[in-house]
Amino acid sequence: MHLDHGHTSHGAISADARRPDGTRRALRIGLGGPVGSGKTATVAALCRVLRDTLSLAVVTNDIYTREDAEFLLRNAVLPPERIQAVETGACPHTAIRDDISANLEAVEDLEDTVGPLDLILVESGGDNLTATFSKGLVDAQIFVIDVAGGDDIPRKGGPGVTTADLLVINKTDLAPHVGSDLARMARDAGEQRGELPVAFTSLRAEDGIAPVADWVRAQLGAWTA
Amino acid sequence: MTSRSALLVLADGRFPAGGHAHSGGAEAAVRAGRVKDAAGLESFCRGRLHTTGLTSAALAAAAAYGLDPAALDAAADARTPSPALRAVARRLGRQLMRAARATWPSARLDALAAMYPRGAHQPVVLGTTALAAGLDAEDAAYCVAYETVGGPATAVVRLLGLDPYQATAVLARLVPEMDQVAERAAAAARQGIDALPAASAPLLDLTAEQHAAWPVRLFAS
Ligand SMILES: Nc1nc2c(ncn2[C@@H]2O[C@H](COP(=O)(O)OP(=O)(O)OP(=O)(O)O)[C@@H](O)[C@H]2O)c(=O)[nH]1
Ligand SMILES: [Mg+2]
Repeated sequence: MHLDHGHTSHGAISADARRPDGTRRALRIGLGGPVGSGKTATVAALCRVLRDTLSLAVVTNDIYTREDAEFLLRNAVLPPERIQAVETGACPHTAIRDDISANLEAVEDLEDTVGPLDLILVESGGDNLTATFSKGLVDAQIFVIDVAGGDDIPRKGGPGVTTADLLVINKTDLAPHVGSDLARMARDAGEQRGELPVAFTSLRAEDGIAPVADWVRAQLGAWTA
Repeated sequence: MTSRSALLVLADGRFPAGGHAHSGGAEAAVRAGRVKDAAGLESFCRGRLHTTGLTSAALAAAAAYGLDPAALDAAADARTPSPALRAVARRLGRQLMRAARATWPSARLDALAAMYPRGAHQPVVLGTTALAAGLDAEDAAYCVAYETVGGPATAVVRLLGLDPYQATAVLARLVPEMDQVAERAAAAARQGIDALPAASAPLLDLTAEQHAAWPVRLFAS
């Protein structure tokens, strides 16, 4: 993550690691994946375990509502001024990949109003298996799928499953009920991803978020090192 | 003559300046049943082109002539009665500024960004961008005229499932009028800030205010 370009002008452009005043900006982690896989639940659980030790904020990209932002507000995982919703014009992957300007505005505004921040989580609206984040927007990305969406999704691959920095296979508590073979999912994911990590989670279980939270802490360690 | 290729880069709908999330009032018109097909889209675009399109194109041309951007920004405010549309124009101006500074770095763009950290009106930023890209006032006006109709056309394809060939044919039929509007806008801008047109579309202003309050919508405006 050597993104310093030494910009001295007003406003950062995109992935610059420093803010215009010279301070290091927050680490930005994107969460993508199919509709309903548990992205918002993952964001909420991460906020609950990290908020006491880190300064956090969240950007949501809903397709046509503010539901994700409202869920996070209702559950009070963070104070309202730390949650921002971006409107995506019916096309969430455009807003996180092809034209990231509205999301960059949101992360900058959050740093300006409630900063300094350690970590900003950017949730994409639920999309298909090809949606990935631009490197101009996030420093690392998590792709969240679930066991109920079919245990052949890791085998099908696609940019999210294959290249995300962390693949989360969520709702393992449902595996017996939907007949998903977790060992097969792990094997297929390994074949698609090589050395890249995979985490199996059940957010219904006590501290089910732990493997993801540990990975996020490691990313933060590398970012601030 | 200026570089045609630079104009194509700036006018391309894929230029990452935030426009994809906006329908230019088309979402409200579709919901109200005023735009149902290609003919409705054509009427909508024609109306928008000759009103806010002309006004915005002239502001952009004036900025590309190098007129005072602060005076132009105030002129844009005065020509935008809807608070929702003023907010949209500044937000899109800020997004365009980011793309423009990364694409055509220039001291003039940096100065405008410093003056309006939350965004100047989009046409003012667009005219300044045109200058930075080596384009002229007419180019800036053409660019605005085209995006005035191109944005709603793309949005209506998504909103109605309208045949994309029909939507593109609408744009082609509007080409002579886009040319006219761009020429008129540039000619007005040549005469200075007091000669800038102030054509507006009251229905677009009203529906923009209503649309901004919808709890569920596909487009931000
Ligand atoms: N059984 C079970 N349900 C879960 C788990 N994680 C999330 N859910 C439920 O799955 C549903 C969808 O979760 P969300 O977090 O809203 O999913 P999302 O990916 O954000 O959905 P979109 O933003 O609409 O794409 C909710 O009802 C969650 O409570 C899990 O580990 N186990
Ligand atoms: Mg969600």
